[in-house]
Amino acid sequence: MADARTSSLPDILRDAGLYALVAFGLCIPIVAYRTNAGPTGLELTPRWPLVAAFCAAIFVLRVVQRLILARRDARRALTPSPAQATEAVQGEPDAGQRVSTFGLYAFLGIALTLPVIASLASGGLGPARYWIDLGILILTYVMLGWGLNIVVGLAGLLDLGYVAFYAVGAYCYALLSTTFGLSFWVCLPLAGLFAAAWGMVLGFPVLRLRGDYLAIVTLAFGEIIRLVLINWTDLTGGAAGISSIPRASFFGIPFSADEDGFAARFGLEFDSMHRVVFLYYLILGLALLTNFATLRLRRMPIGRAWEALREDEIACRSLGIDTTTTKLTAFALGAAFAGFAGSFFSVRQGFISPESFTFLESAIILAIVVLGGMGSQVGVAIAAVAMVGGPELLRNLGFLSAVFGEGFDPNEYRLLLFGLAMVAMMVWRPRGLISVRVPSVSLGERRAISGAHVSEGHG
Amino acid sequence: MDVFLQQLINGLTLGSIYGLIAIGYTMVFGIIGMVNFAHGDVFMVSSFIALIAFLILTAWLGISSVALALLIVLVLAMALTALWGWAIERVAYRPLRGSFRLAPLISAIGVSIFLSNFVQVTQGARNKSTPPMLEGGIALMQSEGYTVFLSYKQVLIMTVTAVLLTGFWYLVQRTPFGRAQRACEQDRKMAALLGIDVDRTISLTFVLGAALAAVAGVLYLLYYGVVSFSDGFVPGVKAFTAAVLGGIGSLPGAVLGGLIIGLIEVFWSAYFSIEYKDVAAFSILAIVLIFMPSGILGRAEVEKV
Amino acid sequence: MTVLTPANPKTAERIAVGRDAVLSVVHLTMRFGGLTAVNDLSFEARAGDITALIGPNGAGKTTVFNCITGFYKPTEGMLRLAHADGTVHLLERLPNFAVNRTARVARTFQNIRLFPGMTVLENLLVAQHKPLMRASGFTVLGLLGLAGYRSAETAAIDTAKGWLDRIGLMDRADDPAGALPYGAQRRLEIARAMCTDPVLLCLDEPAAGLNPRESAELNALLRYIRDAHHTSVLLIEHDMSVVMQISDHVVVLDYGCKIADGTPDQVRADPKVVAAYLGVEDEEVERVEAEVGISHGEAGA
Repeated sequence: MADARTSSLPDILRDAGLYALVAFGLCIPIVAYRTNAGPTGLELTPRWPLVAAFCAAIFVLRVVQRLILARRDARRALTPSPAQATEAVQGEPDAGQRVSTFGLYAFLGIALTLPVIASLASGGLGPARYWIDLGILILTYVMLGWGLNIVVGLAGLLDLGYVAFYAVGAYCYALLSTTFGLSFWVCLPLAGLFAAAWGMVLGFPVLRLRGDYLAIVTLAFGEIIRLVLINWTDLTGGAAGISSIPRASFFGIPFSADEDGFAARFGLEFDSMHRVVFLYYLILGLALLTNFATLRLRRMPIGRAWEALREDEIACRSLGIDTTTTKLTAFALGAAFAGFAGSFFSVRQGFISPESFTFLESAIILAIVVLGGMGSQVGVAIAAVAMVGGPELLRNLGFLSAVFGEGFDPNEYRLLLFGLAMVAMMVWRPRGLISVRVPSVSLGERRAISGAHVSEGHG
Repeated sequence: MDVFLQQLINGLTLGSIYGLIAIGYTMVFGIIGMVNFAHGDVFMVSSFIALIAFLILTAWLGISSVALALLIVLVLAMALTALWGWAIERVAYRPLRGSFRLAPLISAIGVSIFLSNFVQVTQGARNKSTPPMLEGGIALMQSEGYTVFLSYKQVLIMTVTAVLLTGFWYLVQRTPFGRAQRACEQDRKMAALLGIDVDRTISLTFVLGAALAAVAGVLYLLYYGVVSFSDGFVPGVKAFTAAVLGGIGSLPGAVLGGLIIGLIEVFWSAYFSIEYKDVAAFSILAIVLIFMPSGILGRAEVEKV
Repeated sequence: MTVLTPANPKTAERIAVGRDAVLSVVHLTMRFGGLTAVNDLSFEARAGDITALIGPNGAGKTTVFNCITGFYKPTEGMLRLAHADGTVHLLERLPNFAVNRTARVARTFQNIRLFPGMTVLENLLVAQHKPLMRASGFTVLGLLGLAGYRSAETAAIDTAKGWLDRIGLMDRADDPAGALPYGAQRRLEIARAMCTDPVLLCLDEPAAGLNPRESAELNALLRYIRDAHHTSVLLIEHDMSVVMQISDHVVVLDYGCKIADGTPDQVRADPKVVAAYLGVEDEEVERVEAEVGISHGEAGA
């Protein structure tokens, strides 16, 4: 491709033309023809206008990009450079820190009052159900993101099989409650312990591997667990999963309409939304517990050892830190939080199947951590809201259907955007949205460290 | 014995396909030290390209000669998939040189998610099956009601693989590109100082890897006659397993690993349990990475302090 | 062993205190495939001494270090480390991290290995992992916020402050280590190693890349470590001014074998060392001789 420095108009047009040509090549035949099942086998539907629109879009985008890049300062700010890993990503670290603290309180405030706001805005608990359900979904991912953040963000270990521990937690509650009738509150810690134990068992042999091999092995373990869940029909119900899992109770009091129910005991009128609101606060509590534990651990020797491990494993060993044990604790703790989240998932859904625990789910959680800024709690929360809540919100915007035609569902494009966002993040902001690190201890005023100095894992 | 022979044939066929994909992994790993996670999805894209090209040729242009159609499909798929390989490297990996070590892997996962969902959005989520392309075969042995059958498809797959691998071997061992490629593998900085265009060599490596994956994609479609947007992941992981088993970075290792993985998968399905065949493949991956990360033909790595 | 003429008066006092070996390297051999990097090497580093390991490039010095500090498992040989209380550790049998944790051998690296994204203070606290972990009840008690951990952390911070004061980085305590100038990073790495409370401190080219003033500061720091902390020091160094001024004992390696062993004065007069070190080029000979402070006439003495 032509160099970005020469920027006469014909040059730019030629370069953009080249981009469009490549886009054209990539579009045939996958975009140009759609295969549909017809009466006599597959039939092809040509879609050349779409290809043309696509290439035109690429052409225009490239011209715009080149015109912006023609300005020297813009070029310096936007051009991804190989040296970027050692360059300051965020000019003013203190500003970043302010966003971090402010962001966490803002998130906490909104999260705590969401059911109230939603019911006031939509006129009653019932109509607010959509918002509260969405809140539960987002918070589940926030919790998973925070859990994985311990492993990836703090300890610098790329775990591609995180969802396996989520599955262990979910099946743990589902099996214990359906076969032994144990209550959710007994199962919740058990699920966490069980997932942590699995984390140790799987982690122990693999944690001495180099970063990318570790990632692939964790992926393999994740898939093995899922395949076993599918095929061990006697225990897990196979692909059909486990249904009619007991619902959550209010610390032993069921959410039912009868006399012993939650509403009657507390003198309220029965409303099926009580359970949903309770679930909402339950996952909020679990997520905050994850966050609290992480923030606390960061200031303890073990947390510092995790971060040191991310920075330089060899130096850690020279300082007498048992890197295997240290990695294992990070791995097991991350797994335990996934186990908690898993048992919440199964008590909320009342039904689980291996379908919910695919590699893609691991990748989504990882994407949230990566986009948010590895190691940053606020960043992860923002990323979870944006990536999980964003497409949901887009779906309700009427004008999108008007532009893209009836039946347009942004959710279909969600994963497409996830993938693109992951690449874009790695290219332009490898440290994520919030890239500053707050020191765990300081003599003077606590100042944030620009992401430029922080490592992302020894690899 | 007959069952064994039949499974041997099936295993070698499957192994050829894995071997072709594994070369892409092993070359990219050799030259820039990254696990190109998206390679399996590039393979899947090539299958779709082949599928559509085949439909156009037979249904619309009315080409009745299967051999001619297959040849055109093969060339088309290789060219277009190579373009994908080139574009992916240019957009998603090249800007990351010099970034932290896990960045290319995360980016590759992003590309993988993008590719499979791109195909899902543009082609729909259903399985796509082709009309039968190449039927018939040779009965090798017949005894006690069991026929050992070598289908023409299998002959074609093994022949194409063998021919291409020979050509490829020549390319890497005997041409200036091959020399540049091996030089970059040894020491990229030094190669650049000696006047080798490193970026171009890496691009070409991706292009070649993608073209071989395209061959695998065409053969896969021919063999199974069905493809879906999610078909890149599992064959991709198996081919990566093959590359690791053979010794990542080693080309003969990749082919050897592919054949071994193909054979293990087929025999496992035949003699143990077909449900757990993927478990077997993933377990091999984990075991090899944990206990013999340098594989059969690879070199051991010494930790630099 | 021949009777030593001490390089400075202080050494004479300490010789009277104790002559025990803190580290004995016995028949150490390290092979990588067909390459023998270290061949049947034996030497001793005595308690309270600064022992220098010198030799031309590729002599195997860093390999010896990596064996001592547990990064490589020696092919053959024994590495015996004795504490003042008489306990003995065989370093070649310990896992990597235990060389520091139980045998109390600390090291620095040729290419500095700080935790660049963590602050200077955090770097020094990570080094005090063992006592802090114990005080935090292996995290469990610390999570509950018990006072025992808090006072242990205060003590750790005080230790760190002491070292920061010593290396002149007090005002940079809250800056990321990666932002420090090169010389300061070197000093910080030494302070970090000292925070693990070692009996033997191994320094891999501590003076590399330092200017003369920084070099002099380093000498003072190493003397302070030896005299005030009673920590023995083993160092690899190319800078002859450092080696000759501060070391009590010099071991010379060439091609993985020991070719000389003695006081700085003995070693620099050894014709084998001159030959190995200076090779045949006259210019080089003169330059290094000037560096070690001998005029041409005395070279053979």
